[in-house]
Parts: sequence; structure tokens; C-alpha cells
Amino acid sequence: MALDPTTIRRIATLSRIRVEDDQLAPLAQELNGILGWIEQLNEVNVDGVEPLTGGAQMAMKMRDDVVTDGGYAEDILANAPDRNGAFFAVPKVVE
Amino acid sequence: MLTDLTIAQAQTGLRAKQFTAEELTEAHLRGIGTLNPRLNAFLTVTAEQAREQAKAADAAIAKGDIRPLTGIPLAIKDLFCTKGVRTTAASMILSPFVPPYESTVTANLLRDGAVFVGKTNLDEFAMGSSNMSSAFGPVENPWKRRQDQNAVLVPGGSSGGSAAAVSARLAMGATGTDTGGSIRQPASFCGLVGVKPSYGRCSRWGVVAFASSLDHPGPFARTVQDSAILLRSMASHDPKDSTSADRSVPDYEAACKRGVKGLRIGVPREYRVDGMPAEIEALWEQGVQWLRDAGAEIVDVSLPHTKYGLATYYIVAPAEASSNLARYDGVRFGQRQDGGDLTEMYSNTRAAGFGAEVRRRIMIGTYVLSAGYYDAYYLRAQKVRALILRDFHEAFQKVDALITPTTPSAAFAQGEKMDDPVQMYLNDLFTVGANLAGVPATSVPAGLDSNGLPLGLQIIGKPFDEETVFAVSAEIERAAGFTALPQIRAGA
Amino acid sequence: MAYAIEGATGPWEVVVGLEVHAQVISESKLFSGSSAAFGAEPNTHVSFIDAGFPGMLPVINRACVAQAVRTGLGLNAEIHKVSRFDRKNYFYADMPQGYQISQFEHPIVGTGIVEVELSDGSVKRIGVTRLHLEQDAGKSLHDQHPTKTFVDLNRSGVPLMEIVSEPDIRSPEEAGAYLRKLRSILRYLGTCDGNMEEGSMRADVNVSVRKAGEPYRTRCEVKNVNSIRFVMQAIEAEAARQVEVWESGGEVKQETRLFDPNRGVTRSMRSKEDAHDYRYFPEPDLLPLVLEQNWIDALKAALPELPDAKKARFRSEYGLTAYDAAVLVAEKATADFFEAVAKGRDPKIAANWVTGDFFAALNRTGKTIETSPVSAANLGALLDLMANNTINGRIAKDVFEAMVETGKDPAEIVEEKGLKQVTDTGAIDAAVDAIIAANADKVAEYRSGKDKLFGFFVGQTMKAMGGKGNPALINETLKRRLS
Repeated sequence: MALDPTTIRRIATLSRIRVEDDQLAPLAQELNGILGWIEQLNEVNVDGVEPLTGGAQMAMKMRDDVVTDGGYAEDILANAPDRNGAFFAVPKVVE
Repeated sequence: MLTDLTIAQAQTGLRAKQFTAEELTEAHLRGIGTLNPRLNAFLTVTAEQAREQAKAADAAIAKGDIRPLTGIPLAIKDLFCTKGVRTTAASMILSPFVPPYESTVTANLLRDGAVFVGKTNLDEFAMGSSNMSSAFGPVENPWKRRQDQNAVLVPGGSSGGSAAAVSARLAMGATGTDTGGSIRQPASFCGLVGVKPSYGRCSRWGVVAFASSLDHPGPFARTVQDSAILLRSMASHDPKDSTSADRSVPDYEAACKRGVKGLRIGVPREYRVDGMPAEIEALWEQGVQWLRDAGAEIVDVSLPHTKYGLATYYIVAPAEASSNLARYDGVRFGQRQDGGDLTEMYSNTRAAGFGAEVRRRIMIGTYVLSAGYYDAYYLRAQKVRALILRDFHEAFQKVDALITPTTPSAAFAQGEKMDDPVQMYLNDLFTVGANLAGVPATSVPAGLDSNGLPLGLQIIGKPFDEETVFAVSAEIERAAGFTALPQIRAGA
Repeated sequence: MAYAIEGATGPWEVVVGLEVHAQVISESKLFSGSSAAFGAEPNTHVSFIDAGFPGMLPVINRACVAQAVRTGLGLNAEIHKVSRFDRKNYFYADMPQGYQISQFEHPIVGTGIVEVELSDGSVKRIGVTRLHLEQDAGKSLHDQHPTKTFVDLNRSGVPLMEIVSEPDIRSPEEAGAYLRKLRSILRYLGTCDGNMEEGSMRADVNVSVRKAGEPYRTRCEVKNVNSIRFVMQAIEAEAARQVEVWESGGEVKQETRLFDPNRGVTRSMRSKEDAHDYRYFPEPDLLPLVLEQNWIDALKAALPELPDAKKARFRSEYGLTAYDAAVLVAEKATADFFEAVAKGRDPKIAANWVTGDFFAALNRTGKTIETSPVSAANLGALLDLMANNTINGRIAKDVFEAMVETGKDPAEIVEEKGLKQVTDTGAIDAAVDAIIAANADKVAEYRSGKDKLFGFFVGQTMKAMGGKGNPALINETLKRRLS
């Protein structure tokens, strides 16, 4: 499954990472190198194997429904690159 | 030299009032002042905070309120959020970020009286095995090749700054995180003990996430005992982390003294890979012999899917990372690059803020999760991961722990293995299995290669049986009698 | 006759499935301890978790899980003892983590059934495909600044249940009935307040059209419709649009659309057009959600009586008509009010008063059951005053109006205004005599066989007595005197 520049462009868009046109080909080559190496997994017989999601083999605990957090808008906003009063600000979105 | 003391020795000295915590901290800060400009192990030095904490430690000692780490200077990987202290993940995108909260692991260390001397360098977002991908420059390994003193070696990665700092005596211990080998590989490269505990043993809350199901916080130290002291403090059940294990934390320090008599130690045959340097193979043999001599029973075991661990890892980790790193979008924190509209702002911010390796992994991760490829890559990798876990499970039916080399080579020079990402990835060949399976593993310095560089042996244990891992690690440490010192170190 | 869109080529059947997003009633958010309450100052009900800060991790709220299970039980649905959370990845300004934690492959609740009553008296069963838990996004404000969008994360992480129906709905009326029934069930359960104006319940409407007997054609999703009326209008508008597209030789293309209630049309949502690929994968920060059977059983045992059961009981226990019972159980508050009024009294009279004068008064004054000036106890007391002949039915209407106006106890009003029924036979005899004397001509007519005039004498007597005369005694006296 070799990546072509069109696929790279699509992945870059999905990832929200700007990639210049002249970078598409070298990037494709790099990623294809990695993916080609990864494809050794196709040798493994995984018939009937249940996928494993994580390293933790236990049941999930649940927390009580109590308000214990929040109420610190200033801390939430303090690191914002752009804000307006109590709001985060981003370039205008037209829906 | 105060900086040459182990944590255990420093505890004794502080209690006996042979020196003060302030003196101990100052000695380390002096070392940092002298060596950090060269090593670049610390991204942020928190000298003032450290002095205050040391002062508080002395006051506590005077009152007889002595906790496990009172007055002990530690270095913190800059992936752990520290309240009021800049936390960057060695990325431009987080460079201005000051967390308003303290990670659970560092809060546990502070609770136990530790002094934090600074935040250490790492591969950007912990993605790397050389510390070369840091946005703030590489870290120099304090060790030198005997025959080539000019070569600047890497400390390994991703926790390269932590390893270099402890190795060069700029801190008595350090925190790291290990996603595919990021504690054990740098520990091996820098002649240290590195511990990756069981998944769920140390809380991930407040640790900048790379790959959630693989990230393991753990300690670096210069002795097995010190690493046991640190892990006991770092570990806890944390209700804020749903994957944290609700288990009591044993006395790991006591476990170090258990010995290995009667233990069954497995030697996984699949770790004997083509092209493994003879001296690493010899060291491994040596390690096996030490354990046999100490009364352990050596058992040949098989982990048949070992060779697929890395490829599995390089699907699972980038997939999770592509999602975990979506929050770095220039909206709520970190560095923003403007753009004409929201999407352009995102794309500019993330292109400028992430380095090449991080961008590469985000894109690989995005691809393996995308429509049409999920089953072929991600789902298949999850199934192979299940087989890898099964391998460990079956091996642990027969043995109490496994012994393997930590890395396929000693520390390499900056600039080496940079041309082909896959060559760099091969560093994690032996370490990645324990991350995929969530089982505890250490790297213990066991010898030197022909260049005089340290080499580690890896001990892998059953889930949540860190105690046996410590017992075996301590035996290796005793038998190896590793006393070599890095050329670059405080006071040298 | 089944609902159909009449096109140039004949009738078209409408096929609708609804995805309802219902905000779970809880104190705190689905994965964090910050408040889930509506209407706070911007970014105050926000924790570092809700804002997607580095290193922050989700921990699930047990009460939200219980609410989802209770809702599943209320929808007669299968509860999955093992479910899982997934990440739905996409970038948006009010989506702080860059993904929504949802349940994609393994939802907590599986298939269920909702029964709805239609205006022709028929009952239709609409299938529920699934119910899953997920977190809400924050809110973007696009109209506060000329070049910027503002983001408030108060809603980020608020617990939602997404309830997906089968494409079983065939008309706007059925969609409306389904939504009303669903809302009624959620309110009975106390799992969602169903308040569509505040956005605590909203619907995505999947619409397609087809000729009778055809397989499904391409559907469009009309997003985020926030009232039942708009859902019904949106279905009509979107179905009509699709019929036109097909009939003009075009092809309906699968897309996301928005309903514009002002113009009564749907339009394509361009912002959602760029190829989305949500890259769902299991949320690695959470473990599988495993429910114990005895926990589910305990929740089931504690469920309140739901509308269908209550309706059946109102019919059997109180002898109400299907219509009255349906009206009374639609809202739990109404049903409770009725039962309080009916307790120990004639249930049919109670039902008549509640669905008649009482509802009319609420409508007229713009009040709700909760804000009604007439309490159930006072309405019951009014019925008691009639039953024990303190007042008659006519006076009761006046007393009720006074109760609506003042909120007072009916006995007090009767006392104050001297509205007590007159049962003194002397007074009635005197009034009757006066009426007979004043209407000699009518008396003659009556006696000559014009029986209908009896009502005239009753009315005149009652009028003379200020409406307070006991009707039975007046009748009796008149009959005696006129014969």
C-alpha cells in the first residue's frame, strides 16, 4: 500500500499539518519506508485473535457524581495565545 | 563529593546531619551550572525553587519529620507537568506553556520531600531514541569512547536529559517515561538503572501523553536500591487516571535484598537476533551465569512474536499519538501561527510547532487509523499485540523473570542513524515488548563494551511483580560490580 | 391513508430515522468533576480535563452510566454489560482534545422499542437501534467580533446520550409523536429534562424518499434541529426537495444539511463538506465499561412507572377513556397532579376538571403545572365542596376562576363571597312562588303541555337566587308547584 502524494496531501489535511508541495514526494518516500517495514505484520496469523487495546487488564472504576472541579476560568485562559475577555478567540469560522 | 552519593547514602548523611539538604542541593546546582551548558541535559533549571525546597527539607529534618526523599535533589523529565514551572515536552508548540497543575508522580515525590533541580531535555514529545529530536537541541552523553574522545555520543532517548543528568551527577535520580524503551535504553547508554514499572503502577495524570496505552512513568538512578526508593514514592493508585492500578505499593527496597536463589529465570531465544554484536551477546551470557551462580534456575523460553513487537509498536504508538497530539492546536495554550482561517491557523501552528519526527509519526498514525486502512494496520497491530501479551503470559507460566540485553548497541554518536527512521527505531527492539504487554522491566548496568561504554541488561517480570524484578536486578548489580564512571561529571 | 409526497410522477414515501442527543441529568460532567449546569459565566464550568490540557485524563461518572442504563431500560432495550469508549477524531475550535469521546463499536445500550400513538388512534412501534454515551463539545460564538470566533468551553464534556432510531418513521407526524414520546420517557425517568430550547435535547434527522416497494435511496442528514415543530417541518421540506431532485432527473447526494426555520428550507452545510474521516479507535485512556448484573437489576427495580404503564393503569384503575389517559400521562407532572386530585374522589370528574377547566386556565394564563396558582389540593377541595353540596356545579366554575386569579383555597372564596348553596326550603319556596306569580302566561303554557318551559322556570329561579340554589331542591319544588 504505497502512499502517493495525493494520499500524503489527504493525511496532512486530516492531521492539520501544512505540507509544502515540494515536500510531498520526499515525505511519501519516508513514510513508505516506514510502512513497508511495518508490513512484516502481514506474516502473522491473527485468525481468531481478539484485538488488545491496552496494557491494563482490569475493569474500569467509576467516580461519584460530585462537582469537585472547575471554577477557575482564569487558569483555563491564562495560557491562551488569543483571548477576548473570558473567551478563547480563533479566526472567524463561517458556517 | 556530595554529588557522588547514592540516594540511600544521602538519606543517611542527612539524618546524621553530616551535611545539610541545602549543601546537597547547592552541590548539584553547581554541577548543573558548570556542565549543563555543555550537556544540555536541563531545559529549565529551577535553582530558586530547589533552594527553597532544600531549606524546607532542612527545617523538616530539624523537626524530625523525615520522609523517604527529604532533601534529595531530583531531575524531572520535561514531560511531567509541574505547577508554575514551564513544561515543554521539548517541543516548540508547547514552549510557552506553564501548567497550572502538578502531575501525580511529581506531586508524590514532593510529598515525600524531594527537591527538584530542574526539567530535563528529551526527544520531542518523547518520540525518539537519541534525544536528537528535541526542539531545544541534543543532549550530550557524559560517557566518552575510550579511543575517540571527540565523538559526541547521544544519551539515548527519549528520556536523554534525565539519563545524562543522573549520570553526570547533576541530580541523584530522575523521572522518565518509557513508551517503547525511553527509560531503559538511555539508562543502558548512560550506565544507570532505569525502571519501567507495570502499566498502571505510576499514574499518567499530568504527564504529557505520547501513546496512552504504552506510556509508563518510571525512575532513573545510579543503583538498583535508589531506583527502588524512587519507584516506591512515584507509584500510587490515582483515581484521576482510569488506567491506574488499585494495588498497594510494596517495599521495593526490601525486595532488592531477596536474592535469586530458587527463582526461575527465562532466557528468551528470540532475542538472539542476527547481527547482534558479540560483546553484547557475551554480556548477556555473563548475566545468565551470574544468576545461575547465585542460585537461580535458568530456563530457555520462547517469545515467538518478539520480532513483530517493533512493527506493532510503530502502528499503535503513532496512532495514539496522532490523536493525543490533536490538542496542540494553538487555541488554549502553546504557540500559535496565524492563518487566514481556522483550518489554516491549525495547519500553520502544527507545521511550525512540531518537529520532523513528530510530524512524521502524526501522519503515520493518521494514516493507519484512516478509513480503509484501519483493519489492515491498526486492528492487525492490536491483534499482534494480543499475541505478544500471550507470549509473555505463557513464558511467565514457566519462569519468574526474563533476562535479555537492553539494547542492540552501546551509545552511538550524534548524527548516526539519522538518515533512516527505521534504523533509529531498531534501538527499541528488545525493550518494546514490555511496553506492549505492560509488564515491568529494568535496565541494569552490567559491563562496558570495547570502547568503554556502558551496556545494560534488561530484567522483565510478571505484571505488578516489580519486587522480583528488583531482586534479580540487584543480583546483577552485585555480580557486575559496575564501578566505571562517565568522563563528564560534577566534580570530575 | 399513509403520508406521502405527491410528485409529478406519483406518490413518494418518506423514510426518516432520528438521532436524538439528550443531555444527561447529572451534577458533574461525563469525564470530569466540573459542573454540568447550564448558563454559567464563560469558561467557569471548565476543568483542565474539559479544556484538553496536556496530561489530563478522563474518569467516568457513575451517575451518567446509571442514567444511560435507566434510559435503556425505559426504552425496553438491551443493556450491554460490556461496552467501550472510542475516540472520534476531528478538529474544531470548540473541540479541545481534538477528539470526542463517544461509543462507536460497542454502545452501552442496544436495540429497543418506542410505541407511539397517532392521531387516528393507531399505535406504531418505532425501533431504537442503540443508545450510547458521549461528551458534548463547547460552544462557538461567531457573531461577537468582526474577524474572530469566540469559544466557551462550559458545555465541553457535558454528558449526552445519543439515541438512534431505526428508519421506521414514515411521516412528520410520526417523527413528532416519536420525539414527544421519547421526551416523555426521558422526563419520567429523570434522565434528561427534554428542554429543546436550551439545547438539552436536539435531533439530527436522516431523511430519504422512495417509491413504494423500493429499497432505501440516498439519505441526507439534517443536523441539530432544536424543536419538535422544526423537525416536522424539516422532514417535509427535505423530502420535498429530494422528490424534486429525483424527479428532475438528478441524484440526491449524501450530505449534511441545515434547516432554516425562517425560510422553511434545508441547505447544504459547506463547513462539513471537506472529507471527514473520524478515525474512530478505542479510547486508550479508559478501560472497558463492565456492568454488574445486580447493579442493573437494582436500577431496574427502582425505575418509576413509565407513560405506557401509567396509561394502562389510569384506564383500568380510574376507568378513564384512552384519550383522557393519554393526555394525562404525557407529562409526569400532569399525571401526578391528576392523581392527587383524583385520590378519594370521583376519578372521571377529576379527569374532566384537569383536562378541561384546569388546562384551559393554564393555557390562558401561560402557566405550567409547576407554576399553577391552583394546587392539586385546592382543586380537590373544590370537587369536595361540590360533592357535599356546599356549592353547585355552576358556582364551582366561578369559584375556580377566583382560585386561578387569587390562588386561594376554595372554601375561603365560597365563604368570602357567600357562595354557599341555598338548601333552605323556605327560601326556595319563596323564590319559586315569586317566579310563578310573575309568569302566569308561561305557567299556563307549561300546564297546557309545553314541557320544555320547565328549564325556563329553573333558570329564572336560580337567577333570582343568585345562582346559589340547590338545583335538585329547585327542581323538586317547581315540579310540585307547577303540577
